Amino acid sequence: MKLKDSQLTKDELIQAYRMVKEARMLDERLWQLNRIGKSTFNISGQGAEVGQVAMALAFEHDKDYFLPYYRDMAAVMVWGMSAKDILMGSLGKADDPSSHGRQMPNHYGDRAHNIVPFSSTVTTQYPVATGVALAMQIDGSKAIALTATGEGSTAEGDFHEALNFAGVQKLPMVFVIENNGYAISTPNAEEFGVKDLSVRATGYGIFGKQVNGRDFAETYLAFKEAADNARNGNGSTLIEMLVDRLTAHSSDDDQRVYRTPDDIAEMKENDCVMLMEKQLLSEKVLSEAELASIKKELEAKINQATEEAEEMPNPASDQLMTHIYEEE
Amino acid sequence: MSEKSYLEALNLAITEEMRHDEGVMIFGEDVGGVKGGVFGVTKGLAEEFGDKRVFNSPLGESEIAGLAVGLGVMGHHAIAEFQFADYILPAVNQIMSEATKMRYKSAGDWISPIVMRTPYGGGVRGGFYHSQSTEKIFAGQPGLRIVTPSTVYDAKGLLKSAIRSEDPVLFYEHKKLYRSIKDDIPDDDYTVPLDKANILKQGDDVTVIAYGVMLQFALKAAEELKDEFSVEVVDLRSLYPIDKETVLEAVRKTGKVLLITEDTKEGSVMNNVSAIIAEEVLFDLDAPIKILAGPDSPSMPYAKDLEDAFLVNQADVTKSIRELAEF
Repeated sequence: MKLKDSQLTKDELIQAYRMVKEARMLDERLWQLNRIGKSTFNISGQGAEVGQVAMALAFEHDKDYFLPYYRDMAAVMVWGMSAKDILMGSLGKADDPSSHGRQMPNHYGDRAHNIVPFSSTVTTQYPVATGVALAMQIDGSKAIALTATGEGSTAEGDFHEALNFAGVQKLPMVFVIENNGYAISTPNAEEFGVKDLSVRATGYGIFGKQVNGRDFAETYLAFKEAADNARNGNGSTLIEMLVDRLTAHSSDDDQRVYRTPDDIAEMKENDCVMLMEKQLLSEKVLSEAELASIKKELEAKINQATEEAEEMPNPASDQLMTHIYEEE
Repeated sequence: MSEKSYLEALNLAITEEMRHDEGVMIFGEDVGGVKGGVFGVTKGLAEEFGDKRVFNSPLGESEIAGLAVGLGVMGHHAIAEFQFADYILPAVNQIMSEATKMRYKSAGDWISPIVMRTPYGGGVRGGFYHSQSTEKIFAGQPGLRIVTPSTVYDAKGLLKSAIRSEDPVLFYEHKKLYRSIKDDIPDDDYTVPLDKANILKQGDDVTVIAYGVMLQFALKAAEELKDEFSVEVVDLRSLYPIDKETVLEAVRKTGKVLLITEDTKEGSVMNNVSAIIAEEVLFDLDAPIKILAGPDSPSMPYAKDLEDAFLVNQADVTKSIRELAEF
């Protein structure tokens, strides 16, 4: 679809692109910090940024809750986290809003922006999100919840248990599966026996849809409809969002070991950020010069955020034994 | 004061707290509606508080735990019931990875103020999967509180404290005590601390530390032996973290200690207590630490003689106290 089919204004589309580009460039910075030994880990959402921004833009970030997973950098930035916030997480700084330096990098959370942190055991956020949504339903708050996970997680029991409960209670929420083709090195064909994971929604009595996460407008419209349904009391939606994983699983992996050069090359030729830039040009939303200027501006922003984050204090070692139990 | 059973005391605690705080809600398998739980602990709650605050959950323990965590994140105080302590196993990931770590992993930005109630313990011909003591799986996990009431008074007061706590509390209820013990308890509001062991009987010759049905055996043995020996009886109450101060003081006082659990010994809560005593007050002891526990059988069998053979009994407890006193 064309970008303009999203019904967003030109300014909104430009803003969306800036977030996509910032997430890409910030992740590239995180890899640099990892490779020079300043952070010990990175796990990327490169190849999912367009889908994530389109998804997140369909929500009201001042009241809706997000329970993300570790590749959701672009989405959490739309929800309100800054480049500096994310950099502080990767560098294990005391003011890292996700965990104050306690969890590994990319385990996003932010009390100030309604982003609930998760664990690395994967899919646990799905049942937790049903509790968040049930509270919203009981409180009559008109807020809704979004929770995300990778397609590998669809094999977990928590995936089934949460969707089942969402169906029973008609919860005001949206579940997304970001399918990037691989659970570390295990391809889709060895993960599940269906071509379209969203068909599973039928088995739970909720709405289901598969979207191409490289297509901004298609993704945005699908999430808008799902969010509207949740907000209007029509219940939950399961969306399978097809994306790419342009990088290895994490900074400790090398996908060239288990993916063919052709596979990787083809994916890079269809890089979602590049495709969006082509659309911005062809639909005359932005010119080449404007794209270049945005890039330059973001470079400066990320450099500054990196400097600021690096200067922030580490958590003091006496913080180790704090926040274990309720303090008197 | 009115006479209540252990089960009635639990029901009262929930009822009073739900009246007191609109954010308290309770759910689990068969908890709602007219049934009110397979043991009847939640009977009458759905009628009084409606099916939004008291409801049946689908049969999925991980969802039950995760749901509670999510409600807690939003400021509700959820009471989740696991129908049997044996059925808690599918929820271990949610309990250990989410509930227990929510506060710590966000340095206090988010909390998980939930109570997870579950009936444990054998001697009811419940076979493998309705008899086990599963507390050892969780005991030793900082961030989590594990408590169990062993008296009618504590059943009400401890559950009220658990519901008011901002910490995740795993609340073990001994199913054999539900209807087998009754006592006069205050009609009005009172609480019992979550982190304190309780000295139920003062004594000078032997200290017995126990919980659940085993504590009842200890009290009875102390009574039987009262003309010969003076026995100090300690209700452990908090299975994690252990109230070291009370435990060590009670052990120092007599120099002889009997620890009792109906769980199998290796890795049990009482092995933890034993390690603390050995590490801290070894030279105050006048006899080796004695532990009475279940045998290394994978679970508690159904057949009457096999179940009896598994369980520590009254005679074992009385005999062990006498042996220690005479050591």
